[in-house]
Amino acid sequence: MYNASDLKKGLKIEIDGAPWVITEFEFCKPGKGTALYRCKMKNMISGAGMEKTYRPTDKIDKPNLEEREMIYGYYDGDKYVFSDPNTYDEFPVSEETLGDSKYFLIEESVCNFILFNGEPIEITLPTFIEKEITETEPGARGDTATNVMKPAKIDNGFELQVPLFINQGDVIKIDTRTGTYAERVSKA
Amino acid sequence: MREFFYAAGFIEVETPVKIHAPAPEEYIESVQSEGDFLRTSPELAMKVLLSQGCEKIFQIGSCFRANEHGRKHLEEFTMLEFYAVKWDYRQLAEFTAAMLKSAAGNNPVFSSHDFITVDEAFRRYAGVSAFEADADDTFDELMVTKVEPNLGTEELTFLMDYPASRASLSRLSAANPKVAERWELYRNGLELANAFGELTDSVEQRKRFEAANKFRAANNMHAYPEPVEFYAALDKGLPESSGCAIGVDRLLMLLCNENDIRNVRA
Repeated sequence: MYNASDLKKGLKIEIDGAPWVITEFEFCKPGKGTALYRCKMKNMISGAGMEKTYRPTDKIDKPNLEEREMIYGYYDGDKYVFSDPNTYDEFPVSEETLGDSKYFLIEESVCNFILFNGEPIEITLPTFIEKEITETEPGARGDTATNVMKPAKIDNGFELQVPLFINQGDVIKIDTRTGTYAERVSKA
Repeated sequence: MREFFYAAGFIEVETPVKIHAPAPEEYIESVQSEGDFLRTSPELAMKVLLSQGCEKIFQIGSCFRANEHGRKHLEEFTMLEFYAVKWDYRQLAEFTAAMLKSAAGNNPVFSSHDFITVDEAFRRYAGVSAFEADADDTFDELMVTKVEPNLGTEELTFLMDYPASRASLSRLSAANPKVAERWELYRNGLELANAFGELTDSVEQRKRFEAANKFRAANNMHAYPEPVEFYAALDKGLPESSGCAIGVDRLLMLLCNENDIRNVRA
């Protein structure tokens, strides 16, 4: 259990069986009144926001959260299967939990898992991955300085915006946090 | 700021920082120092001076409150505290507004002021009467979440007449004993000052301190020795007076347009 005085920005707490992270925190003490701890927080699963004010005597549950490194293995047709490099325990993860991250999984890559009561709730991939462009309009030569972008696809069908000079067969770096183009790695 | 007080006939005093017996308050905890305490406010010592014949006194100095850290709180902060014999708490409010306006110089942040009662403010911003909120034990939460952010948005706002249960060291209003002669001052949602029409009744004051001490004991807070010198001063006779305490660091926040008190100290 946490005491109210432990509350601070970034602390992860449990309310009604769900994990929340405190995004804003303020210590308040209205004239001659009790100390109050005002928190804005975000549900770590749904992303929903909420505000809550605690008193000094309040006790707050500590969530059973664990951070672990996992290696991506394979897609079994339903789940994306990761494994713990030390124990070889397998962790199948649903498409829903991964969201757009599913497009950026590369076999053998090391990902960071946050587990809540043993279930993965947040998966962080390597920040940059390299992918080949499988489909895009032909590039405009010489036009390397402009910010004009065009659509392109990678092998798994994910579509993103790339600069005009990128051609089919080029390998590019993608920022997995945003799903956006970062730079060209090599030409076709 | 000092010039304004001198011109109004105040004398500057200095009272001990390390004290034997802080005023027992429900929610203010002292920092301990070798068996004594660092003052949470100079109030009791300054009232002893009033009982000894000082009529207008002010003091600027450090006060300490344990476990208060945040955007608006420092454990050690600078307090400006002043008392005037015979003044009532409204007269003290007008003086305080004039003093702040003068201290701010060309900065318009304290250039005008207005009044609202605690009950009006609760009805307007929280949708309940302050007395109901007090009875429901939601007063502090509503104050912080609904009321305070709306106070002093345009000009200095004096929040007048607290419910009697929150009188602290103030006397109850003779005209309406449901409220106390107490105000707090706000600007931009920030509490700047607390003031009382001072309670001079020694029996009532002892009762309030004993109740506060009981509350402290029940909530595992430090037990304080009896403030014997202050009680002796009350028994001897504390003159009719009003007093105000201002957080100087918070004035600086407003004057410098700073959002965090930690940025206005050395």
